Amino acid sequence: MHDSGKWDWETGKKEVSDIGKWMEEFEWIEEPYVSPDGEKVASVVRTGDEMEFTACVNGTAWENTFDKVWYLRFTPDNRLTGLVSDMGEWTVAVDDQVWENRFEFVWNSMFGKDGRNIAIAAQKERKYLAAVNDTAWEHGFENMTNLTVSPDGERTAGVIQTVGFGETEFLKFQEGCYSVAVDGKAWGRNFVNVWELAFSPDNRHVAAEVRTNLYDYTIAVDGIPWKEMFASVWKPQFSPQDESVTAPVKIGGSWTLAQDGKPIWGKKFIQVWHHMYSPDGKKLAAVVAPEFGRWTIAVDYNAWELTFGDLVTDAVFSPDGNSVACVGKEDDKWMVAVNGTAWDGKFDMAWQPVFSPDSIRVAAKVEKNGLYTILADGQPLGKESEAAWDPVFSPDGKKLLIRSIREGKYFREVIPLT
Amino acid sequence: MAEPALKTGEIFDEGLDKGIAKLTPEKIEQVVSSVLANETGARLRVYTDTCVHCGLCSEACHFYLSNDNNPAFSPAGKVKQTLWEILKKKGRVSPEFIKHAAEIAYTECNLCRRCSMYCPFGIDIAYLMLVIRRICHKLGVTPQYIQTTAHSHAATLNQMWVKDDEWIDTLMWQEEEAQDEISDLRIPLEKEGADVFYSVIGPEPKFRAQLIYQAAVIMNGAGVDWTMPATPGWDNSDMCMYTGDNEVMGRLKRAHFEAAMRLKVKRIVMGECGHAFRSVYDMGNRWLTWKMPPIPVIHALEFYHDIFKEGKIKIARKYDQPVTLHDPCNVVRGRGLHEMSRYVVNQTCEKLIEMEPNREHNFCCSAGGGVINCGPPFKNKRVEGNRTKAEQLFVAKAKGAKTVIAPCHNCHGGLEDIIHHYGLNMELKFLGDIIYECMEK
Ligand code: SF4
Ligand code: SF4
Repeated sequence: MHDSGKWDWETGKKEVSDIGKWMEEFEWIEEPYVSPDGEKVASVVRTGDEMEFTACVNGTAWENTFDKVWYLRFTPDNRLTGLVSDMGEWTVAVDDQVWENRFEFVWNSMFGKDGRNIAIAAQKERKYLAAVNDTAWEHGFENMTNLTVSPDGERTAGVIQTVGFGETEFLKFQEGCYSVAVDGKAWGRNFVNVWELAFSPDNRHVAAEVRTNLYDYTIAVDGIPWKEMFASVWKPQFSPQDESVTAPVKIGGSWTLAQDGKPIWGKKFIQVWHHMYSPDGKKLAAVVAPEFGRWTIAVDYNAWELTFGDLVTDAVFSPDGNSVACVGKEDDKWMVAVNGTAWDGKFDMAWQPVFSPDSIRVAAKVEKNGLYTILADGQPLGKESEAAWDPVFSPDGKKLLIRSIREGKYFREVIPLT
Repeated sequence: MAEPALKTGEIFDEGLDKGIAKLTPEKIEQVVSSVLANETGARLRVYTDTCVHCGLCSEACHFYLSNDNNPAFSPAGKVKQTLWEILKKKGRVSPEFIKHAAEIAYTECNLCRRCSMYCPFGIDIAYLMLVIRRICHKLGVTPQYIQTTAHSHAATLNQMWVKDDEWIDTLMWQEEEAQDEISDLRIPLEKEGADVFYSVIGPEPKFRAQLIYQAAVIMNGAGVDWTMPATPGWDNSDMCMYTGDNEVMGRLKRAHFEAAMRLKVKRIVMGECGHAFRSVYDMGNRWLTWKMPPIPVIHALEFYHDIFKEGKIKIARKYDQPVTLHDPCNVVRGRGLHEMSRYVVNQTCEKLIEMEPNREHNFCCSAGGGVINCGPPFKNKRVEGNRTKAEQLFVAKAKGAKTVIAPCHNCHGGLEDIIHHYGLNMELKFLGDIIYECMEK
């Protein structure tokens, strides 16, 4: 997480930049991105007729210009990154400093939790690899997908193709041509398929969804598959308490959670996914379907009574692990729910709720008729805006940082909560 | 109903032949009973118990008509040679039987559901053929070409082995090309909160990138706030639904919907593809327990209809060649979009000459249901199995139609082969081709 204790929690409302005015200088301005601390707003812009692009931050363009800039993203520690190309070569620019490494393509920038480490997926000479802070894996592979970074951002893992095969060589494919590379080193064991990966909280281990033939699915941890096979599996997670691994698994017609291969939940759900541990590792929650076409949250196998027909997404535990909030949709209207109770409003869109550090309050960004509002414990806070970013609580939980655009101007506003 | 006549000429397919080489009668029996016991229910029993073998469905099937009314190609005949026999023998059938059943289920039925409309009991033959395909998938007896496509889906989450960077690079390349024509055009990648998530099928970036270009011009012209993902999940297609690999089908649909959910879009607009619509709107979503798509899915035909109705696109000049319109089964029988497509054709073309029969009574292109994806070994059978469509096209041509509009990728492939094989010499277009050609830019 970003160290929000160092941010300005005293200034109330501040106009950071008049984005409307950028148009006087640049003829091409893409959608804006905002730093976590709210102090910077940035867009990809074109600097002249010569098809030169760069990033504009608070109205000032970077000095470097490029043939192309895309995937502008702020790191958790408020640095601006963009994927940039010049003369057909791609690399990363961070706060206007360009990495030395050059690739044929780069994509999927990812950051460790504190933002110090920046990782990307890259392709060079038809080999696929990852790079962290301008240091690339020693070897590339025939393909790499599902780039995943460790919580500290120091380590990277990806699903790699280890054996080449012709597209019609179906038997060779079925022998297993895929594996996982961690920091560029392959696991040494192949699978028919490998999908989503997860790092352990201590950054040391990697678990993966795998298929050992066309029918048997399981979880592999550091290259070693569970003995038990399932009809299907979803993404695993490591427990923050010990080195055990859990994953949703399909047994017969129902889904459950398995820990190190053994089911730990019963069979009453017909879908279980996006499971997550409370920060202390003591509780497990997941998005579940208790019946066909109804969705809710289950915490330690107990489902909320409140269900949604369209979907449930963006679930999150409170820091103390005693609450869960999520977004649900019914009849195409989006809602925010906390501990089994939906807030009153229905919206055209709702974003992942945010808990205060003391776990007492919840805030969320919602949108209706193209206007954005921040809700704090279900009540609108401040005015509607043309664009807004997720709210951020102050470390003491007493103030809320709102980042929004009104009448073309980007504002940073700290609002005390009563 | 007449007895199914035997068909001549064995087709060699490595997937089927190598697949049955590994089978034992015990394995077949075990897989059949497990699929029947755990994955089917009342629906299968009702269908198999209700059929009175009246043969009313026969005339509905283009395979039957095109093969001189050979009962082996009739809908009930296909069930008789496969599922009824399996049920009667309680799964005690030979590997050769399984090969024959696979050939019927994968290559002689397009799952087009035309026959269900003519059955007095509405028996869904397509569903029964899917049960056979599921058994064959679990036995590892699937035609080689469609199986390799299923492998691509599993490995890359797209149909065409397109790597992550190749996808993004193609979108950037199409954006650049289109900017030569419309300088401020954008293909916005990963734009969170856009109104529309536009999804396509794997072959578009691989072989038909101009369709992405055209879609961008249409989106731009209509002033739509749209985005495309720079991650897997961009491909809405699904051959695993057709091989019987339901688990990967679910994985594909989940990736597709979750890409849209991650980007916080209001709706997914998909290109002109029929089978992909079936996968996102009916089969894949439901396998995952989403009764309806979690994010509304708008097929291109409906999207075009809406932007014309709302006056968001203006036509500079209408397409002046007389056209005929093919109704893709999955979006017409499956979703009833036939009047919408006609509205768009009438907005964009001078003259529409209908094929007969049309709308929900249309004949399939014979490519659908994954049949074209079974590849060259089955091409002749597929094309010759749809003389009926050639005759329909011929009549439309005789009335003056010069261009066939086929708003579906599979139909496009199927009709292209039919037009060529039967020497029809008609031009084939997507509806998007026509809109792009005729719109004010
Ligand atoms: S191809 Fe169509 S009409 Fe023929 S049996 Fe299959 S679903 Fe029925
Ligand atoms: S499927 Fe229906 S129409 Fe065909 S033979 Fe059976 S009962 Fe008759």
